[in-house]
Amino acid sequence: MKKIILGLGRYFLFVIETFKEIFIPPLEVDVILSQMYEIGVRSVPVCILTSFFVGMVLALQTGISSTYVLNEPLYVGTVVTFSLVKELGPMLTSVVLVGRVAAAITAELGSMRVTEQIDAMYTLGTEPIKYLVIPRIIAFSSMLPILVVFTNFVGVLGGLVVSYFKLNIPTTIYINDCLDYLRVDDFFHGFIKSILFGLLISTISCYKGYYTEGGAEGVGKATTSCVVVSIVTLLISDYFISALLVAMRIG
Amino acid sequence: MIKIVNLYKSFGNKVVLQGVDLEVYDGETITIIGGSGQGKTVLLKCIIGLLKPDKGKIFVDGVDITTVDKKMLRNIQKKFGYLFQSSALFDSMTVFENISFGLRHLRLTKEELQRRVKLYLSYVGLKDIEHLYPSELSGGMKKRVSLARTIAYNPQYILYDEPTTGLDPQMTEIITDLIISLQKKLNVTSIVVTHDIKSAIKVSQRIALLAEGKIVAIEPAENLLYSTNTIVQKFIKGET
Repeated sequence: MKKIILGLGRYFLFVIETFKEIFIPPLEVDVILSQMYEIGVRSVPVCILTSFFVGMVLALQTGISSTYVLNEPLYVGTVVTFSLVKELGPMLTSVVLVGRVAAAITAELGSMRVTEQIDAMYTLGTEPIKYLVIPRIIAFSSMLPILVVFTNFVGVLGGLVVSYFKLNIPTTIYINDCLDYLRVDDFFHGFIKSILFGLLISTISCYKGYYTEGGAEGVGKATTSCVVVSIVTLLISDYFISALLVAMRIG
Repeated sequence: MIKIVNLYKSFGNKVVLQGVDLEVYDGETITIIGGSGQGKTVLLKCIIGLLKPDKGKIFVDGVDITTVDKKMLRNIQKKFGYLFQSSALFDSMTVFENISFGLRHLRLTKEELQRRVKLYLSYVGLKDIEHLYPSELSGGMKKRVSLARTIAYNPQYILYDEPTTGLDPQMTEIITDLIISLQKKLNVTSIVVTHDIKSAIKVSQRIALLAEGKIVAIEPAENLLYSTNTIVQKFIKGET
């Protein structure tokens, strides 16, 4: 318990330190852009693949279930869209990025820490938080919402394919179902959530990597811990963020 | 000048430095010798600000770096170069990018950067390796590239952490000669940490022995082998 409290304290100090540094110029724009490419653009294929199939299975399950209850597949587009835009889009994309990006960030920073590369950076007149941590946090937190918008669209498209070919729902009805009940604040509910998820995952992964100790074994442990802590934090914080947004009448 | 007064540093229950006092004069090379785990590297890391001492003072050119604010500390740290035991080259960057990393705040043109990287590589006896990655270099080459990176931004003080550890005798000789020649060329103040006595005598004017968390003896390099200090004699003879 003491270890967890100490760890939380150190994490919050790390986050405060990092956010203080963000406002001290200069920003490492080149590094931020290359991280945006690495985190955002290179994650597009895996996000397309996963969200397309999630949209498909959502449509299939909704169609089959509503056929049991109502004798026909009703509101398939509505369920698919609401599920993706408000919940599954941000959560699913975040989980994919934890596996593809956050673990890599922790491993990279961790290995730089244990081989003294972070110390070397410091002795060469560069603040490691500024060069290594801030670009990754900015890139992650800005690319995740964009990827979420993208995956929402692809997921809805996956639902359309199943609705049309498997459930025989005409395309116009599916699209009307998708758009009729969706409000702008529903979209913002998922969008804001994904920004917060991005901040959480990126700070956790950078923190875990930055404070890695214990050689190669330590890097392995830090990477595993990053994935576990990130996913558990995502799932727990998801409820509280959703409740807060609903209380604020956003979605 | 660097002046260390009554410096303490511990990690949890393990006390490493227990009242280190040391003065390093401008332009000299002083070597700190001592057994493994005696705190030589910890002392170097305290001097450059990578570790914060628990107690004591470190004066660099008259300024106590243990009490200054972060901005001031960063400015003082720019006077230092640090050669890591493990070389600590950035493995995702080429030799060129590694050496030019410390120069990037100077906003030099690419031609000027290339010229400087070539110059510093020539100082350490290397050429035409700018495009290589650290994984493509031998241990001795890594050390030399790391040294080129350290001297590239003209530090006033260079701290060498075990510069010859893990190298074969021939490469040890090359690195030792390199430290001496850089000392003459750049006229820097150097602190070398090593347990290689032969190399220590060759590169330095004075040699300090760190034992049980304190500097227990400081001798002119040429007198070390004839020191009457029993701790020094025990260390030289490898007695415990």
